[in-house]
Amino acid sequence: MARRLLRHPLLTFQPAIGLNVLPSLLVWSVALLVTAVFAWILSNIVWRGIGQISWEFLTMPPQDAGREGGIGPILVSTGLILGVCLGVSLPLGLGTAIFLAEFTTAERGFGRLVRRSLDVLSGVPSIVFGLFGYTFFAQTLRLGFSILSGGLTLACMVLPILIRSAEEGFRAIPQDYRLGAACLGLSRTTTLWNLLLPAAVPGIVVGLVLGIGRAIAETAALIFTSGYVDRMPTSLLDSGRALSVHIFDLSMNVPGGDTPAYGSALILVILLILINGTANWIAQRISFHNGFHLH
Amino acid sequence: MTTLQPRFNSSQASQRLDSSPSFIQTERLSLYYGALSAFEQVTLSIPVGQITAVVGPSGCGKSSFLTCLNRLTDLIPDCRISGRIWLGELDVLDSRTDTTALRRRVGMILQKPNPFPLSIWRNLAFPLREHGVRDRTQIDQIVETVLQDVGLWDEVKDRLKAPALSLSGGQQQRLCIARALALQPEALLLDEPCSALDPLSSGIVEDLIASLRWRYTLLIVTHNLAQARRIADNVALFWIEQNSGRLIEYGSVQQIFEAPENSLTAAYVNGARG
Repeated sequence: MARRLLRHPLLTFQPAIGLNVLPSLLVWSVALLVTAVFAWILSNIVWRGIGQISWEFLTMPPQDAGREGGIGPILVSTGLILGVCLGVSLPLGLGTAIFLAEFTTAERGFGRLVRRSLDVLSGVPSIVFGLFGYTFFAQTLRLGFSILSGGLTLACMVLPILIRSAEEGFRAIPQDYRLGAACLGLSRTTTLWNLLLPAAVPGIVVGLVLGIGRAIAETAALIFTSGYVDRMPTSLLDSGRALSVHIFDLSMNVPGGDTPAYGSALILVILLILINGTANWIAQRISFHNGFHLH
Repeated sequence: MTTLQPRFNSSQASQRLDSSPSFIQTERLSLYYGALSAFEQVTLSIPVGQITAVVGPSGCGKSSFLTCLNRLTDLIPDCRISGRIWLGELDVLDSRTDTTALRRRVGMILQKPNPFPLSIWRNLAFPLREHGVRDRTQIDQIVETVLQDVGLWDEVKDRLKAPALSLSGGQQQRLCIARALALQPEALLLDEPCSALDPLSSGIVEDLIASLRWRYTLLIVTHNLAQARRIADNVALFWIEQNSGRLIEYGSVQQIFEAPENSLTAAYVNGARG
């Protein structure tokens, strides 16, 4: 009996070598290739940039078109642009996401129109956003080349990503919570504020990380809007050079600017990793606090 | 349709049903989802302080019937109700009726336990706060009372701050019942409260429901005929006729199980149909 069982086709099945190894080899090598490319870029940046990093580099203003000195004012400008971008896009994006997820049905009417528009917008090249920001914020609204113009332009770029991710976050919440809250006679506002918003945090964070990633790496849209000036900004209406614009300028327009460009690129990558890590940590904290980890 | 009206005749047991004051009355109540009819023409009187079980095959509209009674149907798009529901003098379906107050008077427990992703304590305290109970000692007192009512106090008193989702399924369902009781409702609507639980937890929750008799009016939808027979005072049997749910017989538990008037009821309770 036991021997017969062992001869069962499921137990004795031997994969034909050529037939099975080839596809998995292919899949593995593709995955390896992708990882290798990323590792190569990263190690190249670290290798060529690490020597630049020092306290002076992070705090000093650039000198000699950036060949000497540091990136102090540029970091400040980048932070301000990002701050304006998030300050505008986060409340606007969350509001729209809540409207789409909680007050419209998935594929009908006005909600569908908004959703389709956002999907198209998220695919629009950044240079187009840059031109729009230049004509609308810089010229029509007379904000000029300024951190405000840049931040607002980035907000337009980030919004579609943020809204759609946050909306998915709200849609992923089990209907049971809404029904349960209604059964207890809780108002819609209470339910939204106390139950749905905390539960949607993971989706919101994903949108935020993707959005910040897109914003912090943005160059084309910022050249037209926040400009080139590498002085320390004194107000939001000052022009300010973002880190990505600085890297672009150093590597394209400044002969001998490669080394500080690598240093700046390394800082940019570190910033991205830090923001990602922090956002994930916050999301995990909130989920853990709410017991979502047990799902 | 001779069976639409509640049966207040013949058998001795149904006279008790007749004599008790009713908590909720429906008159020719019908519910439609778009063009689909969930149930039609249900006229039913639920007596105060008793357990009334709603039974019947899947799709006969028994859960939908329950959701009308606390206007949970308001949350469902494309849903249309006709007929009347009376809760004492209150016209439940009137658009001016305050659903917040209604749902506080008529609590509801869903099939799948649905504690909020908050701590055990917050699950009970948060709805209380929203209904105006702000005093911390009063909240603590209510929390302890309702947890004791559902037999959960000894199990969780040392970890009230733990996430409610860390409880077992049966404990979660009892927490949901406690959460509803904390608002001091007059009635509880229970939509198959035991069917998502393991047999042991199911038994505990069933005993809990039975223990709430007289203090609350209970209306329980169940697939489990044995359960209905064990705990219910009255049974309403829904059936699908002409693509829509109908109330085909309503009477005391003895009448439905021992002397049903409708041949379908007899076949159903004997396990021959449904």
